[in-house]
Amino acid sequence: MKLSRLICGACLLLAIASARSESLMEHAQQVAGAKTNPLAGQDRAQRAGAKLFARECASCHGANGLGGAGKAPPLRQKEVYEAAPGALFWILRNGALHRGMPSFAHLPEAQRWQIITWLKARP
Amino acid sequence: MQRNCKYWPPVAGVFLAFFGLIAVQSEVWAGEGPFFVTYSHQMEEPGNLEITTKNITGKPEGGNRFLGSALELEYGLKGWWTTEMYLDGQATGGDSSVFTGYRWENRFRLLPREHWINPVLYVEFENINGADKTLLEVVGTDGKDDLTGLNAEARIEKKREIETKLILGSYFKGWTIAENFIAEKNVRHAPFEFGYAVGISRPLALAARPERCNFCAENFQAGVEMYGGLGTHADFGLTDTSHYIAPTAAWTLANGVRFSASPTFGLTDTSARFLMRFGVSYEIDQFGRAASRLFRGAGGAR
Repeated sequence: MKLSRLICGACLLLAIASARSESLMEHAQQVAGAKTNPLAGQDRAQRAGAKLFARECASCHGANGLGGAGKAPPLRQKEVYEAAPGALFWILRNGALHRGMPSFAHLPEAQRWQIITWLKARP
Repeated sequence: MQRNCKYWPPVAGVFLAFFGLIAVQSEVWAGEGPFFVTYSHQMEEPGNLEITTKNITGKPEGGNRFLGSALELEYGLKGWWTTEMYLDGQATGGDSSVFTGYRWENRFRLLPREHWINPVLYVEFENINGADKTLLEVVGTDGKDDLTGLNAEARIEKKREIETKLILGSYFKGWTIAENFIAEKNVRHAPFEFGYAVGISRPLALAARPERCNFCAENFQAGVEMYGGLGTHADFGLTDTSHYIAPTAAWTLANGVRFSASPTFGLTDTSARFLMRFGVSYEIDQFGRAASRLFRGAGGAR
């Protein structure tokens, strides 16, 4: 009885530890549906996305997504370029409130896709 | 603190400081919708400070024209926790100008992910007096009579109240839809008072234009809100309650300053017939980080 409780406790701790170590992007890739960006590759959307990024995201992720002074990671990196658009959309919609990333669900969907269009374009 | 004709200099100081900050800040948009009374489930971004003035003017039957003002300081402590301080005051024509008290509120987002309906718990302590005319909420049997008394008499009444709200918010195809259920209790006496506020709004364009602009449709939001009292726990219902309907509009400049206005129409005999609300707000980007750097720097210098 005591041993089974110990094993259950250890499993629970392992599950919590593995959940904590999973990156936000990894989690988003798993739970996000297969969405395609309706604005992918459009120059106008990309330029609008740059404007929105400067307004909504640059204060934490740095100008041009190169990393800021806080804990928020730089977004000009391989993990973002190769992420499924649906995963990025999921992150923008839900955020990660306990990790400091707010939800941007208040932005209309079109504006979130514009930001993703800009993020996915390699400089 | 009753000060005849001395209300405007502090207000002017606040405005000067406000526009001084705008001049040195990078462009960040104040995020909330065009509502004055209704809360949506949108939280302040962690570390950001939003400064807002919410004003209301009107001339209730049997009373003088008044201007009620609330200075709101909203700070994002966590992604799920926003705290706010309000400083309230009012000026009444032919009477006086008075500071009417403060409110401290906290909003807690209950679910970590975005859903169809998103609940937020709101808890506020307010220490105001009976001369307060900001009308940031309408509960119980609040009515136009509350706006007509003499300041010297009205301010004697102390209102130390706990107010809770259940905020429900949704986003649907660019629309923001919000419902608030309010319960308020004076900590000393008086029964529970209830109220509601509902609102719906939408930006005029859903996609952003590539160029920086002041007059493009994405910068404008329009909506309507409705709010009113629902009596007390002993007398719950619509009897002798006041209700208002208010079209609202907000315009955000490219530099992040947002102007909002809302003509407000009373719907019942106990409501003021017409009130006009207007406000200005601005968000200071990562205020918390800048402040902590400042204090760390000061500590290091010693």
